[in-house]
Amino acid sequence: MNDVMPYIALSGILFSIGCVGVLIRRNAIVVFMCVELMLNASNLALVAFAKQHGNLDGQIAAFFVMVVAAAEVVVGLAIIMTIFRTRRSASVDDASLLKY
Amino acid sequence: MYAFHEGGGIPVVDPTSADGVFSLLWLVIALPLAGAAILLIGGKYTDKWGHLLATLLPIGSFAIAVAMIVALVGREEDDRQVAQHLYTWFEAGQLNVGMDLLYDPLSALFLLLITGVGSLIHVYSIGYMAHDPRRRRFFAYLNLFLAAMLMLVLSENYLGLFLGWEGVGLASYLLISFWQHKPSAAAAGKKAFVINRVGDMGLSLAIMLFFVTFGSTSFTVISEGAGELSEKTATILGLLLLLGACGKSAQFPLQAWLLDAMEGPTPVSALIHAATMVTAGVYLIVRSNFIFDLAPDAQTVVVVVAVISIFWGAWIGCAKDDIKKALAGSTMSQIGYMMLAAGLGVAGYAFAIFHLLTHGFFKANMFLGAGSVMHGMDDDVDMRHYGAVRRAMPVTFLTFAMGYLAIIGFPGFSGFWSKDKIIETALAENWVVGVFAIIGAGITGFYMTRLMLLTFFTEKRWDKGVHPHESPKVMTVPLIVLAALSVFGGVLIINDWIVTFLEPVTGVPAHEDPPLPAAAVSVLVVLVVAVGVAAAWFLVGRREVPREAPQDVSWVTKAGRNEVYGNEINDTLVVNPSKHLTTALLATDKYVVDGVLTGGPVAVGGFAGFARRIQNGYVRSYALSILAGALIVALALLAVNAA
Amino acid sequence: MVAFWILAPIMVIAALGILFVRKAVHAALLLAVVMISLSVLYLTLEAPFLFAVQIIVYTGAILMLFLFVLMLVGVDASDSVVETIPGQRATAIVGGVFLGVLLTVGLGQISLGTAVGLDDANSGGNIQALANILFSKYVFAFETTSALLITAAVGAMVLAHRERLTPKATQRSLAAQRLVDYEESGAHLGPLPPPGVYARHNAVDTPALLPDGSPAPSSVSRVLTARGTVRSAPAEADAIEQIEEQLGWAPHAGRDGAVPASTTEEAPATGGDHE
Repeated sequence: MNDVMPYIALSGILFSIGCVGVLIRRNAIVVFMCVELMLNASNLALVAFAKQHGNLDGQIAAFFVMVVAAAEVVVGLAIIMTIFRTRRSASVDDASLLKY
Repeated sequence: MYAFHEGGGIPVVDPTSADGVFSLLWLVIALPLAGAAILLIGGKYTDKWGHLLATLLPIGSFAIAVAMIVALVGREEDDRQVAQHLYTWFEAGQLNVGMDLLYDPLSALFLLLITGVGSLIHVYSIGYMAHDPRRRRFFAYLNLFLAAMLMLVLSENYLGLFLGWEGVGLASYLLISFWQHKPSAAAAGKKAFVINRVGDMGLSLAIMLFFVTFGSTSFTVISEGAGELSEKTATILGLLLLLGACGKSAQFPLQAWLLDAMEGPTPVSALIHAATMVTAGVYLIVRSNFIFDLAPDAQTVVVVVAVISIFWGAWIGCAKDDIKKALAGSTMSQIGYMMLAAGLGVAGYAFAIFHLLTHGFFKANMFLGAGSVMHGMDDDVDMRHYGAVRRAMPVTFLTFAMGYLAIIGFPGFSGFWSKDKIIETALAENWVVGVFAIIGAGITGFYMTRLMLLTFFTEKRWDKGVHPHESPKVMTVPLIVLAALSVFGGVLIINDWIVTFLEPVTGVPAHEDPPLPAAAVSVLVVLVVAVGVAAAWFLVGRREVPREAPQDVSWVTKAGRNEVYGNEINDTLVVNPSKHLTTALLATDKYVVDGVLTGGPVAVGGFAGFARRIQNGYVRSYALSILAGALIVALALLAVNAA
Repeated sequence: MVAFWILAPIMVIAALGILFVRKAVHAALLLAVVMISLSVLYLTLEAPFLFAVQIIVYTGAILMLFLFVLMLVGVDASDSVVETIPGQRATAIVGGVFLGVLLTVGLGQISLGTAVGLDDANSGGNIQALANILFSKYVFAFETTSALLITAAVGAMVLAHRERLTPKATQRSLAAQRLVDYEESGAHLGPLPPPGVYARHNAVDTPALLPDGSPAPSSVSRVLTARGTVRSAPAEADAIEQIEEQLGWAPHAGRDGAVPASTTEEAPATGGDHE
């Protein structure tokens, strides 16, 4: 057991929790939060590996993930707003018309 | 003299090119064809004068035919074959078919018969169809029919003959089902067309075989090369041609259409089903004499078919109460005589044509007379509703009587000479056939006398409100002309003129000693006919005729009324098996072929219908499948790393 | 490692809480807990720059954005706990647990060896080192990020923008609509004014009317009365004159000078006569 391994394990657990959250929550905003949780979990792994390898590239990658997440949140929340405006609902199950 | 095959009696067709009056040959066909075209294309604008034009054009053709036969008789005997090349019809590889016309004594006689009788029938139709709203169309079809028939007898090759043959079939179809508003007429036209197709199949196969064997369908080429034909090929060709002839001439076993064809207007029955179209089969056999001469087996089959047809037709003629159908049965029987003569070979060809001509006269006469009677009886065709019409329609009666005397072979009338000659020849060739022919003549006497008595004699059995009246002049004049021809048609045989005249086509018969002297045969025939007439007098003339046909009759009568079960035989042997086969094929196609072809798509479609349920629209379900995929990838990576 | 062992259970519990709380706003707060803890973990992992960025960008900006949207959508809205897709929840939990086990166990199989540590890399300062890499090795990706952010901003504006299709309703059109509704469907026009006071205008310089139709002088400020600026609309002209008459003034006299106090006293008495 070295210094970094617990971080990796925590990262995996958080990722799994975020994953289950995406699958079982129906409020679109909460689903989005769970996606953010998954992104954060992966960031943790990146930073931990950066320390393990003594290389700052991992931190740079985490930085980029944050930037992309920011952009994604902006657009995603705008979409949720638009859907809510027309359907008066933020449930992902209500947006299910595109099917067979 | 003419060129002959070695050892054969059939002359080679070797025409000279047309000049002088013969250069008008094409016009004979073109005139009625133009009439048909004008009337059909001109539409209602020709309604007023179309029938007159359509009558004048065949008369013009008749005038040309008369001029040509005069010129032909004026020629040397070995120079009586004239050909006219119009244009190359089509050319494909070895196949080179010209639109060639051949004018020889055989064509000349047919030309006279077709245009002459045809013109008379046109004149008659002016009166008969005066009140029909579709008169113009009727005359257009009549002209089309004449053009096709003329093409048939004038063509110099089998393909041109086939063109006319099919044209005749088409015109016949159009005319039989002319009153198409009646389902029975429409069905009759269809039936005639379909049964004729069977015969046409034989003819077209024969033409293909001609082309394969000789590389040409020209009479000239074939008659020259016929000498090298093997007997087997000749027999096959002869049987195929006979099949074609049976279809067109309503001979056994393709006779079933003729009686239904009586659904057409009466002039059609007279023109097509008595005088011209049904004689096409006889023409085909006489024209193909160079084939039949080499195929004795085929000739035997022709004779057998002819004998069966004679009795089959006579049987029907005895039993039918419908005047036109009785006459149709008689037509079948008389054509049987012609076929019989044609099947007898060189000795009989000329007499076949002779009987054909006289039959054309008297049968057209009687059909038109029957039409005249129907005209007076409000279109009733049941002879049991006639009786004693002679007083009301004297002209019709007298002309009909001439035809009657001619057909039963009353001495001196045309039919006497022609039938007598056939019977003589048959006796000379084969006495069994001859005896059959004599019996047939007796039956002819019976059924024609029955018809005559039921119609013109016995007491009145008219429907209420029917007032028979004589037909207008435009109808009676053709009757009088045809009656005269029926009486005097026999002049053609004086000095054996017709035999000599036809020799360039039919060849010179070898002289054979008849088993009986000609006079004795004549007396015998007249006696047999007299027995038939007397039987009719005792069975029909002296009894009271019920207005309704009695049902408690012998099976013979019943069979006759049912046309000797010809339709039932066809149904059993051909129609129903075909129907079952079609049903089976349809079922096979539907369930087996379609099942195999559509089974795959149906299975895919069913699977897709099930699989599309996965696309339920819930984004969380999709996310779940992404998770599953990610798990599988992760497991795979681990497995690979572990290994 | 002490910080890790303290924070890790908190993070896991908070993350699990996100799954179970029914209100979205609670989930957002729990997520904030996770993220702040995470920033501390970054610090222990020798990433001070990311520590700051995590606090500022994630916790400060992104999470606040979530909360803003929650305000718009409705803070109180809580999820129904009933699962509508058959088998979804069970399958998801099984799959998630399986994934977690797979990740931890699978990654646990890897022998990483001793961590190298970032002492060398961060020798010149963590931020300087990151900047060196970012503006050399990753400069192209960095520049591309700017395009991404611009696109996201424009996209969010386009999505959130709502075009006004009809003009904004005015008081007048609303009143007309009420009458139309009344005519067509009998919808109530709204309550009648309560008894006692009737107003013809809601401006302060216009007196109220008493039930008998006479103006109530006490409803107008004395100051205004004293200035003589009572009366604003022509419709009230006679009413003002009536008031002035009751007050015992000559018409428009009040404008020229101060009103005697005594006359003002009389007004209620005059009004009382009417009752």
